[in-house]
Amino acid sequence: MPELSSSPQLAVEVSALVKRFGALLAVDSLGFSVRRGEIFGLVGPDGAGKTTAMRMLASVMRPDAGSIWIDGVDVVAQPARARHHVSYMPQRFGLYEDLTVDENIRFYADLFGIARRDWTERADRLLEASGMTRFRGRLAGQLSGGMKQKLGLSCALVHAPRVLLLDEPTTGVDPVSRREFWQLLYGLRAQGVATVISTAYLDEAERCDRLALLHRGRLMYCDTPQQLKRDMPGDIVRVTAPEPRRLQSRLAGMPGLLGQLLVGTGLHLHLDDAARRLPQLRERLRGEPVQEIERVEPSIEDLFVALLGQSGEEGSDA
Amino acid sequence: MREATPEPAIVVERLGKRFGDFQALDDVSFTVGRGEIMGFLGPNGAGKSTLIRVLCGLLRPSAGRARVAGIDVAADPEGVRRRIGYMSQRFSLYGDLSVEENLRFYGGIYGVAPDQLDARVREALDLAGLAGRGDALVATLAGGWKQRLALGCAILHRPDVLFLDEPTSGVDPQSRRRFWALIHELGASGVSVLVSTHYMDEAEYCMRIALIASGRLIALGSPQKLKQRALGGELLEVGCRDLGAAFEPVAALPGVRDVAVFGNTLHLLVDSAAEASVAVEAVLQARGLGPVHCRPIPPTLEDMFVQLVRGTERAA
Repeated sequence: MPELSSSPQLAVEVSALVKRFGALLAVDSLGFSVRRGEIFGLVGPDGAGKTTAMRMLASVMRPDAGSIWIDGVDVVAQPARARHHVSYMPQRFGLYEDLTVDENIRFYADLFGIARRDWTERADRLLEASGMTRFRGRLAGQLSGGMKQKLGLSCALVHAPRVLLLDEPTTGVDPVSRREFWQLLYGLRAQGVATVISTAYLDEAERCDRLALLHRGRLMYCDTPQQLKRDMPGDIVRVTAPEPRRLQSRLAGMPGLLGQLLVGTGLHLHLDDAARRLPQLRERLRGEPVQEIERVEPSIEDLFVALLGQSGEEGSDA
Repeated sequence: MREATPEPAIVVERLGKRFGDFQALDDVSFTVGRGEIMGFLGPNGAGKSTLIRVLCGLLRPSAGRARVAGIDVAADPEGVRRRIGYMSQRFSLYGDLSVEENLRFYGGIYGVAPDQLDARVREALDLAGLAGRGDALVATLAGGWKQRLALGCAILHRPDVLFLDEPTSGVDPQSRRRFWALIHELGASGVSVLVSTHYMDEAEYCMRIALIASGRLIALGSPQKLKQRALGGELLEVGCRDLGAAFEPVAALPGVRDVAVFGNTLHLLVDSAAEASVAVEAVLQARGLGPVHCRPIPPTLEDMFVQLVRGTERAA
């Protein structure tokens, strides 16, 4: 078997990956690749196989079949070697709550066997970029959820990995901290780091360069968020109205209406063809109190529902 | 049927809560109408959970007052707790009990009269779409089913007010939509629903949103109104060849107030999208970073959240 993969510009290459837990096929023939300087999202609900895939990439779990190459190293054959190139931040990253911010970073630097002169400057930059410089002396246990995640990321980055694996890093993190966290990731992207990030939050998926939509262990679709939206069958139209519930019955059975969703201030309609249906929609809603009818860009959730359709319907008993 | 009450489901007047030197809530006032679905957003540690605990009768206010379903939370916290339902993101279900056993257990905790329990359990099973599955072990249920069962448990005693804490985090989109359809049905039947969340896609389902930062209520209104008002500018999406090289020159342009990377584009907060796109295009073309595309985009709730919270933190 050759030492290096055939495509050195690829940071991650996964093919035909399989993992079973008893009768459950947790990851089923998964394949994708990630370029250097790319943020790649594994997106799907709980149980879609994100964490299992991530653990195999991080070489903390062995696949039943398939191959994983990271930075030219065969992860399945040489897990110890692959770990030099990779940093893995699991959902519950092991911060030591009774150590300070600085002590945690130092601990991880020692763990990775990095000389002090090599990591101190890097730690300064990481803490500066994440706005944590003034908290260096604080105990990790006294940080907010968002700050803990940023400290976890700093620890994970202290050995300058070329591939970063982040398993649901922003769960429970507020939007301001989440945005800062993403600015850190974009900074790493500019330095050529390849990132694989998993998330159950579909609004977060919009921030990735490319996405894999996972469902029950399988990759259903994989592309840029923009292209996935362009490929969505039909269009989304937003109707803003004071009493949207009333409109729902009015619209039931309308030709070309593929789905309707009640939100706080109106309805989101999934139509087969907005250009053709908008005049008909306006006609149907004539006389109803409606503030606005407009075509809007689909969200990743709209896309998920439209693409997976009935196959995406939850299982009965898992 | 619920009796008509003259006042809104929740009335909060100049509420304050202090822990030692720390002012967790400061002069908070708002009302929630019957049948209204209201979202509570705020950074970690902003006072959201404290507010919910006060409204559930679990914490005594230090100042002001709050009435839930017509009952004062300080005077009769027990009474308040009988009128509310609570569902957390972790669902608190017993995996080794069946669906029906879980419902009966919660019925007991919430003090549902024994002669009414059978009927209420049936109602909850219907509502959750679990009719015929009463004997299934909860541990074997998929996430969306568990979530609807947890909702069924929280409303067995027909509460006037329902508190939901990040109720749909991690469930698949179809289940989430089904869940929110149920919440809107409850709203239509007169139950007021308070949703606490970090996730803007959950917030979009709410009729009104309260944003809490540094213990104060800093914005209140429908998702759409907040998005329009809060930014104080327009958003421009900019795509070009090298985002890293584009960042500084774009940020230096007059009328550009903030720049953030978003996927393979930059998001600019500008005074005027029309004027800024001309200037952005010119400066990026001059640096050989074309082709450049600029388009005005509607602000998201997250944009609103970040701007308002940062403004509050700067002022503090």
